[in-house]
Amino acid sequence: MTNREIILGRIREALKVSAPNPAIHASTAESFSLSASPQKWLPPVGKTLEQQIDLFRQNAEALKAEFRVCANMNEATEHVKRLAGTGDWKKIGRHRGELTDAVARKLGLAEVKTDGGYAVDDLESCDAALTECEALVAQTGSVLVSAPSAGGRALSVLPPHHIVLARPNQMEPDLTAALQRVREKFGDKFPSFLSFISGPSRTGDIERILVLGAHGPKKLTILVLP
Amino acid sequence: MKTHAGEFNESARRYTADLPHRDLIQKALAGYYAKRDESKNRFQNWPGARDLAAEIKWNAINHLDRCLDEFVSKLEARGTKIFWAPGAQEARDYIIGVARKHKVRSIIKSKSMTAEEIHLNDALEKEGFEVVESDLGEYIVQLRREPPYHLVFPAMHLTRRQISDLFHDKLGSAPTNNPEDLTMIARRVMRRKYCEAEMGISGANFAIAETGMISITENEGNARLTTSLPKIHVAIVGIEKVLPKLSDLALFLPMLATAGAGQSITCYNTLYGGPRQPGEPDGPEEFHVVLLDNRRTELLADAEQRDALHCIRCGACLNVCPVFKNVGGHSYGTTYQGPIGSVITPHLRGLQDWKHLSQASSLCGACTETCPLKINLHHHLLHNRRNAVRALPGRLGKFLQSGFVFMMRRPKLYQLAARAGRIAQPLQRLFQGTILDPLRAWTKTRLFPPLAEKSFREMWRERKTP
Repeated sequence: MTNREIILGRIREALKVSAPNPAIHASTAESFSLSASPQKWLPPVGKTLEQQIDLFRQNAEALKAEFRVCANMNEATEHVKRLAGTGDWKKIGRHRGELTDAVARKLGLAEVKTDGGYAVDDLESCDAALTECEALVAQTGSVLVSAPSAGGRALSVLPPHHIVLARPNQMEPDLTAALQRVREKFGDKFPSFLSFISGPSRTGDIERILVLGAHGPKKLTILVLP
Repeated sequence: MKTHAGEFNESARRYTADLPHRDLIQKALAGYYAKRDESKNRFQNWPGARDLAAEIKWNAINHLDRCLDEFVSKLEARGTKIFWAPGAQEARDYIIGVARKHKVRSIIKSKSMTAEEIHLNDALEKEGFEVVESDLGEYIVQLRREPPYHLVFPAMHLTRRQISDLFHDKLGSAPTNNPEDLTMIARRVMRRKYCEAEMGISGANFAIAETGMISITENEGNARLTTSLPKIHVAIVGIEKVLPKLSDLALFLPMLATAGAGQSITCYNTLYGGPRQPGEPDGPEEFHVVLLDNRRTELLADAEQRDALHCIRCGACLNVCPVFKNVGGHSYGTTYQGPIGSVITPHLRGLQDWKHLSQASSLCGACTETCPLKINLHHHLLHNRRNAVRALPGRLGKFLQSGFVFMMRRPKLYQLAARAGRIAQPLQRLFQGTILDPLRAWTKTRLFPPLAEKSFREMWRERKTP
């Protein structure tokens, strides 16, 4: 017998006796089917894009991320330039993409592109990372990235400042909708990596005091471009 | 040799008298309570969310074979290597085998209670591999060579001063009282380790059957780096971690964050569905998922307590438990502390050796009330007590029980004993709590309540009829 057969055998044997289903003891009178969206229990989200952008802003700021809706590409580029100046950036990491190409072109800094693979030390010494994303989640203030939309796994977590470039039509009300979006996009060909990023890296492991930039970025900037 | 119960008693006594320790824990938890309530209040309906979560997880656990089959076949289709580990030894041997095959020297690890459960670090170190814990709290307790104090907050028992001294001692860093400086010391050490390590080991918070992915929840970004840079990623996953559908995360991620740390959502919630795929710029060449049973199926076979497998290891039951707050995480002597640990450890490591943990409870029910999955924790403590006595009836208990029955059946004898007690009690006070006191087990830490001057029967007899 293989280990797999041993463990599945134990499980099937154990499940011969059934356990009481908690649905019978639910504290709410409403009965729900498992296919129902959990949305009616989770924090509420407005229907319009404006409401969702407002909610995203509130949540992102509470998470200590910077959020900005730019009127045009120029405004976004100028903002990133300012960040580069204050942060004294020498080198940035990025991947190829419509938005990242457009902004990086105007920056004129040394670059590490991750697309075809990269040297880890090279990326580690970058001052910032420029990526795109799959979706923004209004309910939680999260950015959903994937390997193809954010230049792989490490780019969005290794450099100390992560800048995300997004489009307004990437705004999703909640986690359910964001997950549904990637399902529809990838079908059965999911990338090996998907991540909800909610604010800059943090820890409270020393006396439960919040410190930003534990192992990942100390700063997170999210720019929405028209 | 001291028994586990003896060690627990001794440690509990020491910690309960340690007032600075209690102070530290109370202060840390006060912040947690405030944030947890804030986050709960943002839900439209937290009790409804708990009901739904309990139902989803009930379905997963009660169809565990099907869920695991689906999970595994989806992962394998994308090149993941699966190892089914019936016990801890098999899991350790497999991981050591992978490390040997690839001539690994240095291993970076992100937080995993399942890896703690099988004492993976010890086994790897014994084989000559360097293993570094990358989660800040885990790194601190690793440097102190002690187990995590709490499922979620491994170093919550230490002050910044102690951590500064530890870093000064082990890493040669300058002493500092600033948590940010201390965090940056660890960050710098760890950066080198991520770049050098050939193998990354992680746990998993959820295993998504529908799409064949593991989900890892973390705040620091250490798990993301652990699973991005090394060329091999091994994830150790308890078989009970399954969730049927990808969309279930929309509920479980905010609930885990709320119950676990009082956050609306944890900083990174990451899904891994395989090794680096064609066209992806980075990620491990090999991705191994070790599915661990290690007597979880024995708990599964106990239909009465099966819902203990619904646990998502948020640690909420520890944070509200009056026993945990006083005896501290290390007194338990188990991988899983607090009420959930007291419930499952007897199943995972033997009922008779660990039944004492089920006695260390006031049965106040705070754990059951706070559990986001509505696990019937305090009743399971009672179930464990009953099962332990049923399997091995104690002689003293039997003797006392029959004495009690004997007395209750003889009212005259009972009245006589009560009267005698009233006379004897002032005498007992003279040597209360000393070795001469027959009630010593109680009175050495508590006062024995005075017996009433008159019994109900006497008062009834003397009552004035109108």
